Amino acid sequence: MSEWLEITTLDQIPVLGSRVVETDTMNVAIFRGRDDTVYAIKDACPHKNGPLSQGIMHGHSVTCPLHNWKIDLTTGEAMGPDEGCTNVFETKVENGTVFLRLP
Amino acid sequence: MKENLVLIGNGMAGMRTIEELLKLAPEKYNITVFGEEPYGNYNRIMLSPVLANEKTLDEIMLNDEQWYADNNIKLEKGKKVVEINRARREVIAEDGTVAPYDRLIIATGSTSFMLPLPGADKYGVIGFRDVADVDMMIEAAQQYKKAVVIGGGLLGLEAANGLMKQGMDVTVVHLLDTLMERQLDKPAAKMLQQSLEDRGMKFLMDHATEEILGDDRVTGLRFTNGDEVEADLVVMAVGIKPNIELAQKAGLHCERGIVVSDTMQTFDPRIWSVGECVQHRGVTYGLVAPLFEQAKVAANHLAEFGIARYEGTVTSTKLKVTGIELFSAGDFHGDETTEELLFHDVAGGTYKKLVLKDNIIIGAVLYGDTVDGTWYFQLMRDGTDVSDFRNTLLFGQAHLGDAGHGDETRVAAMPDDAEICGCNGVCKGEIVQAITDKKLFTLEEVRAHTKASASCGSCTGLVESLLAHTLGGDYSEAPSKKPMCGCTDYSHDEVRAAIREHGLKSQEEIRQMMEWKTPDGCAACRTALNYYLLCEYPGYDDPESRFINERAHGNIQKDGSYSVVPRMFGGLCTPQELRAIADVAEKYDVKEMKVTGGQRIDMFGIKKEDLPAMWKDLSEAGFVSGHAYGKAMRTCKTCVGKTWCRMGTQDSTGLGVKLEELTWGSWMPHKFKLAVSGCPRNCAEATIKDFGVVCVDSGYELHIGGNGGIKVRVTDFLTKVDTEEEVLEWCGAFCQLYREDAHYLERTAPWVERVGLQKIKDILEDEKQRKTLHERFLVSQKPAQIDPWKAYAEGERSDHFFEPIKLKVS
Ligand SMILES: Cc1cc2nc3c(=O)[nH]c(=O)nc-3n(C[C@H](O)[C@H](O)[C@H](O)COP(=O)(O)OP(=O)(O)OC[C@H]3O[C@@H](n4cnc5c(N)ncnc54)[C@H](O)[C@@H]3O)c2cc1C
Ligand code: SF4
Ligand code: SF4
Ligand code: FES
Repeated sequence: MSEWLEITTLDQIPVLGSRVVETDTMNVAIFRGRDDTVYAIKDACPHKNGPLSQGIMHGHSVTCPLHNWKIDLTTGEAMGPDEGCTNVFETKVENGTVFLRLP
Repeated sequence: MKENLVLIGNGMAGMRTIEELLKLAPEKYNITVFGEEPYGNYNRIMLSPVLANEKTLDEIMLNDEQWYADNNIKLEKGKKVVEINRARREVIAEDGTVAPYDRLIIATGSTSFMLPLPGADKYGVIGFRDVADVDMMIEAAQQYKKAVVIGGGLLGLEAANGLMKQGMDVTVVHLLDTLMERQLDKPAAKMLQQSLEDRGMKFLMDHATEEILGDDRVTGLRFTNGDEVEADLVVMAVGIKPNIELAQKAGLHCERGIVVSDTMQTFDPRIWSVGECVQHRGVTYGLVAPLFEQAKVAANHLAEFGIARYEGTVTSTKLKVTGIELFSAGDFHGDETTEELLFHDVAGGTYKKLVLKDNIIIGAVLYGDTVDGTWYFQLMRDGTDVSDFRNTLLFGQAHLGDAGHGDETRVAAMPDDAEICGCNGVCKGEIVQAITDKKLFTLEEVRAHTKASASCGSCTGLVESLLAHTLGGDYSEAPSKKPMCGCTDYSHDEVRAAIREHGLKSQEEIRQMMEWKTPDGCAACRTALNYYLLCEYPGYDDPESRFINERAHGNIQKDGSYSVVPRMFGGLCTPQELRAIADVAEKYDVKEMKVTGGQRIDMFGIKKEDLPAMWKDLSEAGFVSGHAYGKAMRTCKTCVGKTWCRMGTQDSTGLGVKLEELTWGSWMPHKFKLAVSGCPRNCAEATIKDFGVVCVDSGYELHIGGNGGIKVRVTDFLTKVDTEEEVLEWCGAFCQLYREDAHYLERTAPWVERVGLQKIKDILEDEKQRKTLHERFLVSQKPAQIDPWKAYAEGERSDHFFEPIKLKVS
């Protein structure tokens, strides 16, 4: 199992908003829900790789800015009539610090 | 490298396969489609209603050329494939076009079977298969009177009905003494013939054609019994022939059709085949329902999911002649081992026959009343034992245990798994769920979401009943009250009224008060509520409830980069300004620059994290944001006007600058464009703008509600005024009225059409109302004209993060 990586502090992510984490291999979108749950998902829509980080978040899902697919942030799966799936990653928040675990 | 997938035949089966494949694996292949016909693909079934003048060709297009472009599919339209070279894996078209394939789909359909009679090659003798045939029939109907249709089957009768609607005198020639003998028994066929005769159709039953008469063009037919009949047009509808010539030539194993396995593969594993050209387990099909199932299976394997199998389909038939209800399925003749349940009301025009074997329905013929067709079909396919309700079976499903439910509609009684749309295999449960979950109100919406009733249309009545039943009283009043989105039952107007009436100040308050079903709303209502609130309370704004373009103050492009457009008031600029733009473009490595339709300069390909620095530089050079990204006032286009143009009547550029200074930065329900032309020659195209001014010698004509988008709409004339001050006042008042009254994402053109020009005129012509509207507009412009670029550049705003978090993963 890989280790937890310290990313940022909670106040650096707007509520119902997002940040992008750039790693060597890919971009990860980090979302903060109304209840301060933090979600992490690969920043590429299963439809045509749209940057999900730039979408509008609601509940535990995000609407992709390019063609409005709705993606579930807990599973990475497209919702509604669309089909497709992208990766999600584990996160945790401790004393206001956000951690991410990549596989 | 993506593999190449080539489809031969852009008909119903082939294109459905592509659509199913795009759903499963949109990026997997480079797709090329060859179609002999010169269009995108259309709903062939609906050619009958087109011929009968009930539909237009446009209405039956399934995917137009734009769709192919949008999905990156290369459409080789009007090109017939003449050779498949399996060794080199290439297909070659008549005009020499060559396309290599890694995988190939053959979906060439079938052709009309033309009886090999003497004279069958005369002009005016055709089949009924494609748009060209329909065009030919319509053309003939304009010049000639008499048509003969050979073949009294489904297709022949639909052709005959259509030709009659086109005003022709139509005779149907049939070899046997019963019409549609493959679908109907004698009594039902007689009833059908009677009602078609009542409409004016003539029949020559028991007649075999011997020869087609005429010189170049057909003039008549002679039969084996020596009779003759006159004809200016002969339509042969005696059957179809799988179109397998191409496959045969390529050496693929064919019998009556191209032989395929349960995975829809031919004997060459790189080649798939679907549709009427296919023979599967010894059967060829001529209806869409089985073809659509085949398409699903083929797509599943092309996407390399490899789990689906096609195992054949039981089909049922309906005749698409408006006003005649007819349904048939299975073995309706029966034999000594079967029993018949029969209901025949000659006066009432109803006939029902069910054939049972061991208390299981194996065939059905319904005439006059077909509502229960889907139910019987369901019982038949499920092999349900009907002994418990045999004695009421013929009265239909509504009759089952209906104590006290007398008026409940029959659709209500159907179980959820009852198939409503036979063509697309859609069940009642799916439709009801789509209606409730997705808030569907209209037939079109149901079609779009479920495909029910989107092919032959016979189930339209059932789908409408389902809509009516599921929505209750709402169905009829649907257009006037449509919920904002799936999160609420309230309409745009009701939500806005509530904000005003109860002084709701935040999205949370609105969602609570109006009983939202979701905690944070969705992308649709969040953006709308944010707009309604900021319109009501100038200064309000929730960046996270804005579409990314408005959050990042740039247009997101398809690769995730942004474009930046600095505002140039009235389209004017100075050499220094141009130089500043050029410097910025070089500094930030702008990939492309272009002059926009609104006379501004657009810079493309900018990385998100560079935006604030770039804005800072532009801001220092005196530019503000062009709002080319927002549901906002965009640009004011001008012509050169009186200053330079010899035709000019007023200072159109000067007025344009003033209008833009008044309105820039304003958030609107949708994008909003202005223009000023210096004379009626209208070089600035002011009459397709949301607010357009056309200068004349004696003053200024004001026009509203124009649109140059997908659907062009010319403006309505609002009024004529004498001075620039008046133009500005009317403009501000009009903007504010639109801002306060239109629904979010409703442009001025549909808004004007919805509320009516007169109402808008009445309000604006009233001086007091006009002045207060203008006043309110000025108030809301104060916070709106704080330039967002400058605010971010100078650190006054920091509610959006442009920088990514960089992470080193070791
Ligand atoms: C008037 C009419 C009414 C009908 N009504 C019904 C109905 O009510 N219900 C029902 O279920 N079915 C109905 N059908 C039958 C239904 O339309 C067909 O079953 C269906 O269209 C077959 O689909 P397909 O893809 O196999 O063939 P098609 O839709 O015929 O598609 C084949 C396509 O391939 C193209 N093509 C052929 N050869 C080549 C080549 N060498 N190179 C390039 N392109 C080529 C053709 O131009 C054609 O566009 C009706 C048919 C007609 C004509
Ligand atoms: S609209 Fe009239 S004034 Fe303006 S440029 Fe054209 S001709 Fe000249
Ligand atoms: S800029 Fe407008 S017209 Fe051009 S491709 Fe985009 S949406 Fe279509
Ligand atoms: S890329 Fe996300 S919806 Fe198209």
